[in-house]
Amino acid sequence: MGKKSFIIKRIIQMLITLFLLVTIVFLMFRLLPGDPLAMYINSDMPVEVQKALMHRFGLDKPLHEQYVLYLKNLLVGDFGQSFHYGQAVTSLVAERFWNTIILMGIGIGLAYVIGCILGVLAAWKRGSKFEAISIILTLSIQSAPLFWVGIILIMIFGIWLNLLPLGGIREAGIKLTSTFEKFYSLDFLVHMILPATTLAIYYMGTPFLIMRSAMLEVMNEEFIEIVKAKGLKTWQVTFKHAMRNSLLPVVTMLTVMISFIMGGQVMLETIFRWPGIGMEIVSAVNTRDYPMAQALFIMMGVISLIVNFVVDLLYHYLDPRVTYE
Amino acid sequence: MKDGMTKKLKFFFQSQLEVFKGDSLGLIGAIIFACFIMMAIFAPLIAPYGPEEMIYQEGRLLRLQSPSWHHLFGTTQMGQDIFSQVIYGSRAAVLVGVLSAVLVSIIGTAVGLVSGYYGGKTDAFLMRVVDLAYGIPFLPFIIILVALTGLTFWNVVIGIGLLLWRTPARVIRAQVLSLKNRPFVEASRVLGASNFRIILFQIAPNVLPLTFSYTALAMGWAILTEANLSFLGYGDPMMTSWGKILFRVYIIQAMTIAWWWVLAPGLAIILLVLSGFFIGRAYEKVTNPRLREY
Repeated sequence: MGKKSFIIKRIIQMLITLFLLVTIVFLMFRLLPGDPLAMYINSDMPVEVQKALMHRFGLDKPLHEQYVLYLKNLLVGDFGQSFHYGQAVTSLVAERFWNTIILMGIGIGLAYVIGCILGVLAAWKRGSKFEAISIILTLSIQSAPLFWVGIILIMIFGIWLNLLPLGGIREAGIKLTSTFEKFYSLDFLVHMILPATTLAIYYMGTPFLIMRSAMLEVMNEEFIEIVKAKGLKTWQVTFKHAMRNSLLPVVTMLTVMISFIMGGQVMLETIFRWPGIGMEIVSAVNTRDYPMAQALFIMMGVISLIVNFVVDLLYHYLDPRVTYE
Repeated sequence: MKDGMTKKLKFFFQSQLEVFKGDSLGLIGAIIFACFIMMAIFAPLIAPYGPEEMIYQEGRLLRLQSPSWHHLFGTTQMGQDIFSQVIYGSRAAVLVGVLSAVLVSIIGTAVGLVSGYYGGKTDAFLMRVVDLAYGIPFLPFIIILVALTGLTFWNVVIGIGLLLWRTPARVIRAQVLSLKNRPFVEASRVLGASNFRIILFQIAPNVLPLTFSYTALAMGWAILTEANLSFLGYGDPMMTSWGKILFRVYIIQAMTIAWWWVLAPGLAIILLVLSGFFIGRAYEKVTNPRLREY
């Protein structure tokens, strides 16, 4: 199979999964016990008002009609009106989406870079104290809940050393003149240091451990002997040849991690009061704002699916031996 | 027949012991895990106070005491003994951890066995379901599920079971693929064994160490999930859990003054999750001997 048809096949697969995901979300909110309108419709209200509200949200229609309408609206990117904010969900979600993506991208990026470098070093210094300590440390951090690691960092840097802000995305009272300023101001960066560091420390364990064992495996292969015989220095062999070939399993691991990373984002944004989709989904569920919760949930699923898709493509790019099937 | 059964069981337990011999980390993990189980079972005997008991001294509430001999991990804003809370919290962690892990590994192993053995359309279908399970964001799914169906301990376990089986399913399927054409399987096929019999008696015993490995890992994930949910306020209101202790510190922002209140429950979570990881790793070494070198 050629490259093009492989990509097309993967896209079709992704769309099918997306369709199933969207259907599950629909069923989840409508069929599970617990009335989504419970917070909105008060049982003290006159029956006519209750009915009018049900009608306004289209909840008086039979289920299959609601489903068709729901799919139609999704196709044009319409997630309905938020119960809580009284605005269109789509525009509310869009802003929070970028806040999340920037924080997550930087945090996970850092985690991968630091994790991979540490992994290479640990493999290189096989049997050293550095190796033993770094393994125990990363394993312990990974075994802690993400929010706990965040709280500890807040305690150290926010409270005792009083160096960094405790949370939020910018100082109160700062007026923004443009979107550019929003993401490139110093204030924004300062607010991002702690949450991004938390992400980096928390997630570097997986790339670190995988990189280390992949390196140890690659170092035993024949081509490394050949490179060594060519007279290259140890660090050149390690970083140039062995590391490149060990990247594959590290990249693939992202597909397994992403679903947990989205969940981690919920915890991280909650403790740092970072106004992203993670923090919003908690408040949407708490206020029973279900058009909002629904949209945020689908958004998170879409991010996972896209990451999976990109990693699949990368995988084939990184390892030319893999055929497109 | 009965004799053969006891022999098999004896062999089974001996081989389990064998797993932990020569794997010091696995052994440490097993010991820590056993300690937590003891702690959970005998919590009322170990804990000096009740989990929610407010302690008075000379008529005044013992608020926010730092750790001392009387209160090993200090006290809370409400004058509760944190050491006792952590001891009782092990009950929620062990229960959620073990029950969800068993559920996850049963579903995962069954799907993996069927998918790998039968192949074809069954396999393609089941693997799409696995893809879907990977596409669903894990924690948000459970938050919504629990918020809609009620904040009970069982809903948390079911929620975890509904999604986390995806990883063992994928790994065990791969293992089955490599097993199903081996000579001993061929042999029983030639002897006329049914598919069901081959799966149950020839293939399943060989993927069992992998199943155990993922059971242990799933336990860690389940405990972290329970902690996350309780921290967000979706914990079972009838249970004291480590996540809930941390939830209480956070909502009154007491970490500014009471570091001890944050530290103890967090370390307890780390220890128990870590033990699951070590046990899982010990079992993984059985199926993947190359791991022994690294």
